[in-house]
Amino acid sequence: MLLTITTTRYPATDLGYLLHKHPAKVQTFPLTAGDVHVFYPEATEEKCTAALLLDLDPVRLTRKSPGGNDFALELYVNDRPYVASSFMSAAISQAYSSAMNGRCKDKPELVDVAFPLEVTLSVLPVNGGEPLLRSLFEPLGYEVNVQSFPLDTQYAEWGQSRYYEVTLKNNIPLWMLLSQLYVLIPVCDNDKHYFIGNHEIEKLMEKGRDWLESHPAKELIVRRYMKHLGPLTRQALDLIMKDEAMPEETEDTPVPVEKIRLHDLRLQTVRDLLLEQQVTSVADLGCGEGKLLKLLAEKSAFTRILGMDVSYRSLEIAGEKLKLDRMPEKQRKRLELIQGSLLYKDKRLSGFDAATLVEVIEHLDPPRLAALEKVVFEYARPGLVIITTVNAEYNIKYESLTAGTFRHNDHRFEWTRPEFEAWAAEVAARFGYTVTFKPLGEWDDAVGAPSQLALFTIADT
Amino acid sequence: MARRNNLSHISIPELSLVLLVGPSGAGKSTFARKYFKSTEIISSDVCRGLISDDENNQAVSSDAFELARFMAAKRLKHGLLTVIDATNVQSESRKDWIKLAREYHALPVAMVLNLPEDVCRKRNQSRPDRNFGGHVIPQQISQLKRNLRHLKEEGFRQIYELRSEEDVAMLETITRAPLYNNKKDEHGPFDIIGDVHGCYDELCTLLEQLGYGIDRDHAELVSAPQTTNEDGYTRMRKPVFVGDLVDRGPASPQVLRLVMNMVNNGSALCVPGNHDAKLLKWLNGKQVQLKHGLEKTVEQLGHETPEFLESVKTFLDGLISHYVLDDGKLVVAHAGLKESMQGRGSGAVREFCMYGETTGEIDEFGLPVRYNWALEYKGKAMVVYGHTPVPQAQWLNRTIDIDTGCVFGGSLTALRYPEKELVSVPALQQYAVPARPIGYNADSSLSVQQQYDGVLDIADFIGKKIVDTRYSRNITIREENSIAALEVMSRFAINPKWMIYLPPTMSPVETSTLPGLLEHPEGGLQYFREMGIGKVVCEEKHMGSRAVVVVCRNEAVARDRFGVDGEGIGVVYTRTGRSFFADKALEQAFLARINAALETSGFYNDFQTDWVCLDSELMPWSAKAQALLQQQYAAVGTAASQALPAVTAALEQAVRNNVPAQLLLEKYQRRQQQVTDYVAAYRQYCWPVYKLEDYKLAPFHIMATEGKTYFDKDHEWHMTNIRKICEADTELLMATAYQIVNIGDPESEQAAVQWWEKLTAAGGEGMVMKPYTFLTTDTRGIIQPAVKVRGKNYLRIIYGPEYDAPENLARLRSRGLGAKRSLALREFALGLEGLERFVGKEPLQMVHQCVFGILALESEPVDPRL
Repeated sequence: MLLTITTTRYPATDLGYLLHKHPAKVQTFPLTAGDVHVFYPEATEEKCTAALLLDLDPVRLTRKSPGGNDFALELYVNDRPYVASSFMSAAISQAYSSAMNGRCKDKPELVDVAFPLEVTLSVLPVNGGEPLLRSLFEPLGYEVNVQSFPLDTQYAEWGQSRYYEVTLKNNIPLWMLLSQLYVLIPVCDNDKHYFIGNHEIEKLMEKGRDWLESHPAKELIVRRYMKHLGPLTRQALDLIMKDEAMPEETEDTPVPVEKIRLHDLRLQTVRDLLLEQQVTSVADLGCGEGKLLKLLAEKSAFTRILGMDVSYRSLEIAGEKLKLDRMPEKQRKRLELIQGSLLYKDKRLSGFDAATLVEVIEHLDPPRLAALEKVVFEYARPGLVIITTVNAEYNIKYESLTAGTFRHNDHRFEWTRPEFEAWAAEVAARFGYTVTFKPLGEWDDAVGAPSQLALFTIADT
Repeated sequence: MARRNNLSHISIPELSLVLLVGPSGAGKSTFARKYFKSTEIISSDVCRGLISDDENNQAVSSDAFELARFMAAKRLKHGLLTVIDATNVQSESRKDWIKLAREYHALPVAMVLNLPEDVCRKRNQSRPDRNFGGHVIPQQISQLKRNLRHLKEEGFRQIYELRSEEDVAMLETITRAPLYNNKKDEHGPFDIIGDVHGCYDELCTLLEQLGYGIDRDHAELVSAPQTTNEDGYTRMRKPVFVGDLVDRGPASPQVLRLVMNMVNNGSALCVPGNHDAKLLKWLNGKQVQLKHGLEKTVEQLGHETPEFLESVKTFLDGLISHYVLDDGKLVVAHAGLKESMQGRGSGAVREFCMYGETTGEIDEFGLPVRYNWALEYKGKAMVVYGHTPVPQAQWLNRTIDIDTGCVFGGSLTALRYPEKELVSVPALQQYAVPARPIGYNADSSLSVQQQYDGVLDIADFIGKKIVDTRYSRNITIREENSIAALEVMSRFAINPKWMIYLPPTMSPVETSTLPGLLEHPEGGLQYFREMGIGKVVCEEKHMGSRAVVVVCRNEAVARDRFGVDGEGIGVVYTRTGRSFFADKALEQAFLARINAALETSGFYNDFQTDWVCLDSELMPWSAKAQALLQQQYAAVGTAASQALPAVTAALEQAVRNNVPAQLLLEKYQRRQQQVTDYVAAYRQYCWPVYKLEDYKLAPFHIMATEGKTYFDKDHEWHMTNIRKICEADTELLMATAYQIVNIGDPESEQAAVQWWEKLTAAGGEGMVMKPYTFLTTDTRGIIQPAVKVRGKNYLRIIYGPEYDAPENLARLRSRGLGAKRSLALREFALGLEGLERFVGKEPLQMVHQCVFGILALESEPVDPRL
């Protein structure tokens, strides 16, 4: 909530001219959710400190803005009033806009002069910790001092918070300092309080014109600055990166232990199996955002494709990704998305040649598997069922994975190959199927492949 | 030949599909309007008009017919008489309607307006819109006459023909006769008796056990027991036989004699079984194979007089396929009856009643494979039936098969209605050997219902649903809310067989206007005063997590009563149906302690139960809400505690340097204090949990035990009985402090206020105020079962650290409680309904509908701070 800028360049009170703010006054400017005050704790010719105090109104923060997000409703006990976030960027641009734009009415000759400047952010939330902070500021020539805080001094076992007191020192023109803070504060926080529209790209291009291009972390900066807007990120990246190749967006997932390739490989294998078995109708149970559906839809051999997921949001995304509403009618008729659950029997799942459950079962508590077994093998009863799940034995190969933890925080169990095979064999026997197994991914002699697949075929056909 | 009508009154069955038949201009529409309600009439002309704006547009005839058929089908589905106003002169057009009537088991009735051609022509000439060619009417008349005499063969059950304007004028009324199976005004009590199959001695013993007096030698009923119904009236009980009186057993004639005596004098009811029907065929001299025990009956009847045989014939011939009894709440049919056929009359209905449904397959014993219609039964009426011998009578989806195979050496069973009690007498001996072993395929330790309940049907829960609750109105669950509930249920919830209840949300008291406060007990007192409540209970509000505890005496109870096998003796779950403990072993250890306390306190014996469902609070809050505490509460505390001193330091320095920042400084000093209070507030509810005793469970409602709910008890009763349990394990269990307040007594009211002040000053969350009785209603419906009054500092973790700054409080006071209160009442009603259904042994889907509904309602957007 507090940003101070200090200079010791004689006469230090020049800072007042550059900021267009009189050192003897407290000046207040309105923001959408509060005020911003500018005052000088100290203003001598030897040392001058300007303080920007972001005074957010906690009640106004929680009022739902029309068409706004649910942010307000969820986080009624909110850190925003106390930290430097995108609200701080808004405050900078409100209170220090002339300075940031490199205008100085009384002493224009000072604008491009590099000042010894020291910035203190009393509380800066940083998603990525000190290393990230340093990787953002140090390449720009800052001397970075960081102090972190525990979550609660009374409960040391709760660990450290993501808040830091940050001091930055640099010899730099004031406008550039402000531009960099404007961009990098929300990047540290990795959140934005407002809807991000197309004009954000222009803002970023303008504020970063002299330093972003050569910043080693520019890709991360752009992505985080454009938070929550996939295609826009692409667009902005394309503008900045020109023709350089871009890696997948994995940076925001907490523990991306598995390589992206593995999942593609799983899906590819499942599709190839389905083609090989010459099925024409497929129900993908737990279709998520529709990656397998997309692969299936590419092949005309599949005349009826059903995607089911319990998450309505995932289905919406799947619909968008598959471009369902723009699909020609004939294509559209092959594909259906429904919300459903593997724990409830469902007439809509009957009559398919095949059903696939790709990395689904491990998201269920083990006692609930009994219901899933009946729903799939007794009630839906397709001729063919493909189930894939991770191979727990392989976990030791992932260095970032602590022993005893799972690959995904929603996994309720992870099975070894013998565990999966025993389960599948018992299920097959009970419901009149035969089952064969297949490793998925790079084979390791000791622990097998990262993932495993069971192919069930109904016995009575 | 059609029956010419020259009557002034005719009577048709109440569920008829009436086809008006006659050429254009015969006066069909006028006729229809005179004798039927306008909503009963579906006119082809109107349908043409609806889809083309022209009632005479013949080009849209086929679409118009489709529309008419669709509407008629919907009406018949709902059991409503329907009149088709169209020419219907060709047999092809009538064929479709007959088919439709059969589909819905309605009786097709033809009303033929066969009026002279000149009358028709004259009428049409007076109507300018009817300008079709002169050939049309003669053509229609000739079509009509050509096949008039085939109407009966076409399938019409009643045919009336009106040949002249005089015939039409003579007809005064058309009345509707109820079907013979409609005995909705017989309310019982009944004793429904399973397949007797000639087991006369067992039948007599059973009737005697049920309290009837029987003259065994004369096969006569001497006396019947009496029961006082819920309505306060005392009535004689009445046996109802599900059929298959005869065959295989030793004394079929004597059974017939007794049952005939009782039915003929009105002291019993009987529906026919397939064996009875076959005997009737034989008596009628039809060719039947003397097999499956009929040979025994025939032999036994050889000793009877021809008069007796004649009376048997008359009796069997007069049996009605099934009965709908007690306002439609009870259906009795030999082989059962699915909902769409109940109270209907058709050959298919009769067939189903006697033989049930078969899959067309033949099993390894050479018998047709029966399709178990009861698996899919979702009707409201209880269906009692026999036909298929089972080892034990078991409920399945509100249906019960009470044929316990007496003749095969099993027992003869009666179901007492409305008590739902089973009474059985064992067979004296095995009189016949079943072709298929009884109970074949029943290899599970779970009941039929529990096996069926293993997987619920999604169709019962998704989309818009309306749940009928006994303590409130119908509650609508909107589709978008079901969507959210399905996800939560599927991804996070425990086994639905455990989840018999979810607690309702609770509204705060009216917003206080006292300085510095948002909530105060006065708001609650005011509310109950306005509601006319005289006595209120104030209970200390514990700051933990709401927890529902279901605990059984042992795993066998869990299996028998809940159908849960191998998942321990119970469960502790949150208000969203999630397991409270991630660690299963810890959960079971926790439950074992509660179980022991229930045992030592004598609860199980006192309450005559072997399980209980408790609504409670489980502490510490940090045990369940660790993530929330750390990521939100502690995080905000850290940020604020670091930021504010830096700000005040900067401002102090500025003030020292004569910058006019004094006001700002004071404001930030205040904020700093508020944040300190905020951190102290959340820390109150955190303590580390290393062992079982670090948890504290404070139950406050005894929700249900075997066969009972406790919504009729007052809160003092709940508190007293819970205290007894808690005393058995004071390490883990905690009785809740409470006070009784007499509304209107200033001293008593003041005491409550002071108590709240004391509780909250010591850092407590506050208190909950409840009407003295658990379930309190007035003319507007249920009164809020509880409202909470939260403490000033506790509210910091709800409304933010600085909520009580005057400028903030002024705005926060404008909060609306309406949505929250409406939600609380709907959830409360659903919660109680679910438990009533569970203790009433209804199918799981009926219970799950309620908890699913509560979860769905929880996704309604309501200010989470309330």
